[in-house]
Amino acid sequence: MTAVHCHQLTKEFGTGATRTPVLRGIDLEISTGAISMLVGPSGCGKTTLLSVITGLLNRTSGRVEVLGEDIDTLSPDRQAAFRRRNLGFVFQQYNLLPSLTAAENAAVPLFADGVPYARAVARAREVLGRLEMTHRADARPAELSGGQQQRVAIARALVHDPALLICDEPTAALDAHTGHAVMEMLAAAALSPDRAVLVVTHDNRIFPFAHVITHMEDGRITHSETNHHEPQ
Amino acid sequence: MNYVALRMLLHDRAKYLGLIFSVAFAAFLISHQASIFSSLMARTTSQIMDVVDADVWVMDPRTQNFDEVKPMTSNALLRVRSVEGVEWAERFFKNNARAKAPGGLFRSVILLGVDDATLVGAPRRMVLGDIESLRDPDAILLDQAGYNYLFPGEPLALGREVEINDRRAVVTGICEASAPFQTLPVVFARYSLAVNYVGRERNSLGFVLAKGRPGISPVELSRRIEAETGLTALPQGAWGWRTILYYIGNTGIPVNFGITVMVAIIVGTVVSGQTFYIFTIENLKQFAALKAMGVTNGKLTRMVLLQAAVIGFIGCAFGVAMAAAFFLATKDISHLRGFILRWQILAGTWVLIAAIVAAASLLSVRKLRRLEPAIVFRG
Repeated sequence: MTAVHCHQLTKEFGTGATRTPVLRGIDLEISTGAISMLVGPSGCGKTTLLSVITGLLNRTSGRVEVLGEDIDTLSPDRQAAFRRRNLGFVFQQYNLLPSLTAAENAAVPLFADGVPYARAVARAREVLGRLEMTHRADARPAELSGGQQQRVAIARALVHDPALLICDEPTAALDAHTGHAVMEMLAAAALSPDRAVLVVTHDNRIFPFAHVITHMEDGRITHSETNHHEPQ
Repeated sequence: MNYVALRMLLHDRAKYLGLIFSVAFAAFLISHQASIFSSLMARTTSQIMDVVDADVWVMDPRTQNFDEVKPMTSNALLRVRSVEGVEWAERFFKNNARAKAPGGLFRSVILLGVDDATLVGAPRRMVLGDIESLRDPDAILLDQAGYNYLFPGEPLALGREVEINDRRAVVTGICEASAPFQTLPVVFARYSLAVNYVGRERNSLGFVLAKGRPGISPVELSRRIEAETGLTALPQGAWGWRTILYYIGNTGIPVNFGITVMVAIIVGTVVSGQTFYIFTIENLKQFAALKAMGVTNGKLTRMVLLQAAVIGFIGCAFGVAMAAAFFLATKDISHLRGFILRWQILAGTWVLIAAIVAAASLLSVRKLRRLEPAIVFRG
């Protein structure tokens, strides 16, 4: 099943003489039940594409459907509600709230959706357990290693069981060993037949975790490759 | 998300305390200075409000406040008595004199003369002795604070002699009197005696105190007296306000206190606004992440307003508590008597602080509403 469908998608910044095209006619399909990686050099438009797919930026032209919804046509509040219920985010810098414990951080999407504190935190602990973080559930981000923080971020992205998981450079701030371990856990916890996982990265050490790798350059998709071996 | 907002607020203790302090400082200055001002203004009317017998004060139209009295001819009393609806009308004398204690200590005093026969206008709250003793030769009633000024450290006792403008006076009673505008002793004497203390002037009748017949309101009685005598007649409250307005309009007191209150508002708004804004800027990435995850602008606004409300509530509570503690600690100091924190000022302070924190949070709210959530993807 297709989770994300982009057709001739363009995005430009600025107007007139300062107009800068960043995405130049993207055609892309992201399927559920697989880890898709979007790779390419810095400045090729990966982050912009991610922002447009998640509705954080509006497209200039073309079409983008996420889980069958043209997210660009929704009102800001409905867009936010759509993201809150259907999308999970793992950021490069984790963006955990330093004042909250790991369990509370992981529960934030549930708090945002109005789930009562006790129920939200209990669910967050359950997800943290799947990521082998039970023993650190009450620690604050400052007390956690980079790898542990990223695992909390993954738990936060999965706690509300989203249909699309967006990971932006999830291993960029981690050493090779930790990055590999985090990806293993991400793959184990996130992969599901009903969920698509889109990872933006230029860390070729984690390519073996992908089912599909899409290469971008200069705002265009140059080619896609399917991993014929069972991903790690 | 309220829990998240509060935890974010409390996380940075230094900034949190800084915010609380700036709001508390503003609340303290506003409530304290406004209280001092209002109490000072109320003190200008103390001797008016202490007279509980009469409905209406009658005076020369040129008399603008209680401390500057233009005496009337003595037949003003008869003219007032002749007005339809007046139950009774009596003389009331007000002037300043100098009192000297046997030890040589002297103070200017507020000298009030009440009608010899009826004693209308005499104090009703006695600490020692009784009002009727005013009928004794050379008898005066002295307020307790005044007694302490003239006989510092000595126990209250009747029969003490003082000189008022070099004439003998005997303290036959010690009363309670509301603190006057200036911290002067208040002396009550019979009208005839008070006039003698000050020395003969052509006219000595400062005020006529009048009471209306049952069913006639003070306002109506005032209107009738003014219409028939050409004198100014005011109910007690209106006369008090006239005196207050005189001080507001003719002294620098309100301007100076007003400036202090304005400074408190401006400093409170700027400092708490700036600190709050910095707090928001430092958490911008976290706010952007929340926004990306689907937290709406409305929810973010409520989070910021909740943080502002908590700061405002705690800061204001501290500020007014400090002001209340000040007035509590000074309530027994003679020259600070009558300075109180009124509920109206308390309520006004809360309203102003609410406005201050609302203004302080505006910049933050604006910043968050315009925040581009896509910045979370920029490492």
